[in-house]
Amino acid sequence: MRPRLQPNRWDLVTIPLVLGLLGALAWGMRQMTVPFQPGDTFHLSLDPWHLPEYALRTVLRMAGGLVMSFVFTFTYGALAAKSARAERILVPALDVLQSVPILGFLAITVTGFMAMFPGNLLGVEMASMFAIFTSQAWNMAFSFYQSLKMVPRDLTQAANLFGLSPWQRFWRLEVPFSIPGLVWNTMMSVSGGWFFVVASEAIAVGTTQVNLPGIGSYVAEAIAQRDLAAIGYALLAMLVVILAYDQVLFRPLVAWSQKFKFEMVTEEDEAGSWLLDWMRRTRLGQQAFGAAGRIVRRALFRPATPPLMRRGLLPRRLSPRVGRVFVVLVAGVGLAGTWVLYSFTVAHLGWGEVGYCLWLGFLTLVRVAVLIAIASVIWIPIGVHVGLRPRLASRVQPLAQFLAAFPANLFFPIAVLAIQRWDLSPEVFTAPLMVLGTQWYVLFNVVAGASALPGDLKEVARSMGLRRALAWKRLYLPALLPYLTTGWITASGGTWNASIVAEVVSWGETHLVATGLGSYIARYTEEGDLHRVVLGIVVMSLYVVTVERLVWRRLGALAENRFRLD
Amino acid sequence: MEGRSGNGGVELVRLRDVSKSYRTPSGVSHLVLESVNLWLREGEIVAILGRSGSGKSTLLRIACGLVAPDRGEVLYRGEPVTGPVTRMAMVFQSFALFPWLTVLGNVEMGLEARGVPEQERRRRALAAIDMIGLDGFESAYPKELSSGMRQRVGITRALVVEPDVLLMDEAFSGLDVLTAETLRADLLDLWTEGRMPTRGILMVSHSIEEVVSMADRVLVLSGEPARVGAEVRIPLRHPRDVEAPEFKVLVEELYQVLTRRTRESVAQRSPLAIRLPTAPINQLLGLLDAIGTEEKGRVDLPVLAEEMGLEVDDLFPLLEVLELLGFVKVEKGDAEITPEGRAWLDADILERKAIFADHLTRGVPLAGHIRRVLDGRPGNRAHEDRFLAELEKHLSEDEARRVLDAVIEWGRYAELFAYDDASGMLSLENPVAPNAAPDE
Repeated sequence: MRPRLQPNRWDLVTIPLVLGLLGALAWGMRQMTVPFQPGDTFHLSLDPWHLPEYALRTVLRMAGGLVMSFVFTFTYGALAAKSARAERILVPALDVLQSVPILGFLAITVTGFMAMFPGNLLGVEMASMFAIFTSQAWNMAFSFYQSLKMVPRDLTQAANLFGLSPWQRFWRLEVPFSIPGLVWNTMMSVSGGWFFVVASEAIAVGTTQVNLPGIGSYVAEAIAQRDLAAIGYALLAMLVVILAYDQVLFRPLVAWSQKFKFEMVTEEDEAGSWLLDWMRRTRLGQQAFGAAGRIVRRALFRPATPPLMRRGLLPRRLSPRVGRVFVVLVAGVGLAGTWVLYSFTVAHLGWGEVGYCLWLGFLTLVRVAVLIAIASVIWIPIGVHVGLRPRLASRVQPLAQFLAAFPANLFFPIAVLAIQRWDLSPEVFTAPLMVLGTQWYVLFNVVAGASALPGDLKEVARSMGLRRALAWKRLYLPALLPYLTTGWITASGGTWNASIVAEVVSWGETHLVATGLGSYIARYTEEGDLHRVVLGIVVMSLYVVTVERLVWRRLGALAENRFRLD
Repeated sequence: MEGRSGNGGVELVRLRDVSKSYRTPSGVSHLVLESVNLWLREGEIVAILGRSGSGKSTLLRIACGLVAPDRGEVLYRGEPVTGPVTRMAMVFQSFALFPWLTVLGNVEMGLEARGVPEQERRRRALAAIDMIGLDGFESAYPKELSSGMRQRVGITRALVVEPDVLLMDEAFSGLDVLTAETLRADLLDLWTEGRMPTRGILMVSHSIEEVVSMADRVLVLSGEPARVGAEVRIPLRHPRDVEAPEFKVLVEELYQVLTRRTRESVAQRSPLAIRLPTAPINQLLGLLDAIGTEEKGRVDLPVLAEEMGLEVDDLFPLLEVLELLGFVKVEKGDAEITPEGRAWLDADILERKAIFADHLTRGVPLAGHIRRVLDGRPGNRAHEDRFLAELEKHLSEDEARRVLDAVIEWGRYAELFAYDDASGMLSLENPVAPNAAPDE
C-alpha cells in the first residue's frame, strides 16, 4: 500500500500550529544572540502583553539547559558505565557535584562564558543555561549510568552474536533500555529546574546586574517597582508554561517511553497522551515519525564506530604500571584542586572567616532540619489519608507534582508583604520560604507509599483491631519509610539550594535578611566578592555531603533492607 | 533424512583443552572449566548435561566466541574463533527478546544488523514467522505473549539468520512441561525434515528427559572444575517414545552417571569450601518423607523425580544434602533412607532439631567450624564477613554468599547459633547447646 501524501482533517489544524511553533523558536533563538557589552541593561516592560515573549525566552533557556544535560548524560554516564577505572572517579564525583548549591555557580561561570562569546548576549545566556544544566544533569547522568549497568547480560550477548558493533549496541539496546528511567528523571529535573530558571535570569556580572528577558527578570522588575498586579500576571504565565511543558513534552514522552519498559507484564492503566494520539492520527505526524525513524535507524546502523566506543580506546585491563600512574595522576589533580581552593579562599580570608561560615552553615542547617520536620508532621498524616483512598490520590498526586514544579520564588514578594505588615522577625519567618517549593516532595512520596500499601496488610491490621497509634507505629510508618526517605532526600537537597534565594527577600526598597549561609552567598554574589562566594559554596557542599552520608544514606539502607515491601 | 543422523560429517565446532577461570574477590583465581574437549559434527545434536552452576552455559558462550577461554583452542569449521561467530545463533533460557520491538522487529533485528535490505528482510522474517507458527502475532510486543510464544519468537529470531550452528541454552527450562514438549517436538520436526538450514545443534540442559529425547550424543559435565565426565550416545530414532523401555534405560543410565559424579566432586574440595547446595529444611523433610514411605524405604531416582514433580536441578541438591547429613544413601540411581534418617523423620519437633544439629556438625564441616569459632570467642560473637572471606578464597563472591546463607539457615534451625540479618552478626545468644556439641 502506497502511503498517501494528501493531508487529512487532523493536518489542517496541525500544520499551521507546527509552523507557528517553529517560527517562534527561530525568533527566540535569534534574540539570544544579539550583540551585548558588559554594562548594557535590558529594558523590561511590566506590560503583561510582553509576557508571552518573556515566557518564550524562559522556555528556550530551559530547553538549552536540557540539551546540555542530555549531552552530558550520554557521555558522562556511558564513560562511567563502560570503564571501570573512570567509574571509580566519576560516580563519587557525581555525588559531590549533586551537593553543590547550584545558584552559587552563576557568579563564577558567567565571566568565563562571556569571554567565550565576546560582544554577544550568548555568553550571558549560556551562563544562565549552564546554571539550569547544573540543576538537572546529575540525576539524569546517574540514572543513565545505572541503567547501562543493569542491561541484562543475555540481551547484550544476543546483540553481540547478531554482530552488532558497540556503537549499534549502544543505540539499539543500551539507550532504549535506559529510556524509561531517563524520561522519569528528566521530568523530575525539569520540574526542579523551573525554580532555577527564574532565579538564574538575574545574573551579577562583577558588580553590575544583567536581567535576561524572561519571567524571572519580569518578577525581579515587578519587585523593584512594587507592582503586585505584575506578579499576578507572572504567576499566571508560569502556570501556563509549566502546564504546556507537561502536556506538550512530557505526557507524550512518558506515554511513548512505556514501550521501553523492561518488564514482561502489561500494566493495567498505561499513561496516555492526547497529543501523542493526535500526532499519530495526522498524516504529517505519521510521515514525520516514519521518516525520522528511518533516518535514525540508517544513521545508527552504519557499521562505523566512533572512536570513543572502539574497543582499543577503552582497554579493559591496563598493566599495573599504567594503573599506578593513573592513581598518581588522579591524586595529583585532587591535591592541586584542593590547593587552588585553599589559596583562593582560606589564604585570602583567613580561618576566622571559615569558622564564621561554618557557624552560618549551622544556622541554615537548623532551619532546614526544623522545616523538613514541620513539613513532615503536616504532610505525612494528610498524605496517608489521601494515599489510602485511590480515587482521591489519583487527583491529588498530579497536583502535588505540579506544585513541586512551580517556582516558589515567585511567591516570595507576597511573603515579604506579610512579614512587613505584621512586623515579624525575618530570621524566623523567611525560613518557611525555603521549604515552600520542596515540601511537596514529602507529600507526593507519602501518597505514593500509602497507595502502594498492600491491601492484605491493611486487612490484617483491621482484623487484629490495631488502634490508631499502634497501627501507625507497626504499619504505616515502617511501610512508608522507604518512600519517605526518598522524599526527605529530595526535599532537603532542594531546601539547601533554596536558602540562597530565600534568606534574602526584597520588596521594592525593603530587604529582609535572615542570618545564614544562604544569605552570605547571596550577599557576596551581589557584591562580586568571589572569594567569599566560593568559600560559602564549599562550606555548604560540605554540609550537604556530610548530612547525606551520615543521615540519609544510613536511613536509606535501613529502609531498603528492613522495610521494603516487595 | 540422511546425513542428519550420521557420524563422520564435517566438524563444525571443536573445543580443544579449553579452560576458564574467574577471579574471586580475594584475588585467587578459581577454575570453572578444565581441559574441556568437545566437538560437534554436521548433522548432529549434541547436548551438554550438567547441574546448574557447573559451567555449561559458559561453555556454550565459549563455543560461539562470546567469551574467550583462558587456555585452549576453539575452532569453527577449522578456523580459530576470536570473536562472536555471527554464523551461529543462540536461543536463551530468558528468551532475551527486546521488549520495545514487536515480534517482527525482534525477528528482523539480526538481519538488520547484517545489512540485509529492507524488502528482503521483511520477506525472510515473514517466512520464518510462518514456519514457526507465529503468524498473526507479527505486530505483538513480547509482553503480550505467553512464555511459550515468546520462546517461539526466540527460536524464530535465531533461525531467520540461517545459522550454521544453533545453540540452545536451557531453551525450554523457563516453560511449563506441556509447552516445552510441544516446542521441542516442533523444533525436532523442522530438524529431521531438513526444513531448517542449520547443520548442527549444540544444546545445554539440566533435564535428563530433555536431552534423551533430543540429542544424538550427551556429554555429562561434572566435577569442580568441570570437565566432560562421560559421553553417552543416544542411538534412538526420532520421534522418540518416552515410554519405550530403551528410552527409560538411557534415562536411568544418565541418572547413575550424574549421581556418581556428584559424590566425587564433593570429595575433591577443601572441606570448608564445598559448594553446599541450597536446601530448605522443609523440602529436605518432605523429600525424606517421600523416600521413607516407599517400599523398603528405597526408590529409583527417575521414579522419585516424577512422583515429586521435581527436575534434576531441584532434586539433586536436596539429595546431596540428605546424603551429607547421613539421612539417605544414593547408589546406582537409587535413593535409600538410613536408620538415622528414619529416626529424624519419626522424632517430634524438638528432637528433630537436636538430631539435625548433631548430624549437621558432623556432616557439614563449615557448620561445625562456625560453632567452634563462636565458642572460642569472648562474648561468643563473630561477624559473618569473617566466614565470607574464608569462603571467598575458594568460591566466587555470589557462591560464598549463597553457601553461607544455606549453612546459616540450617544452623539457625538446629539452634547451633543465632544470626542477626541487619548487622550480619553470628552469635550464641539464643540457642541452647546442642546435645552433641563438637568435641574437637
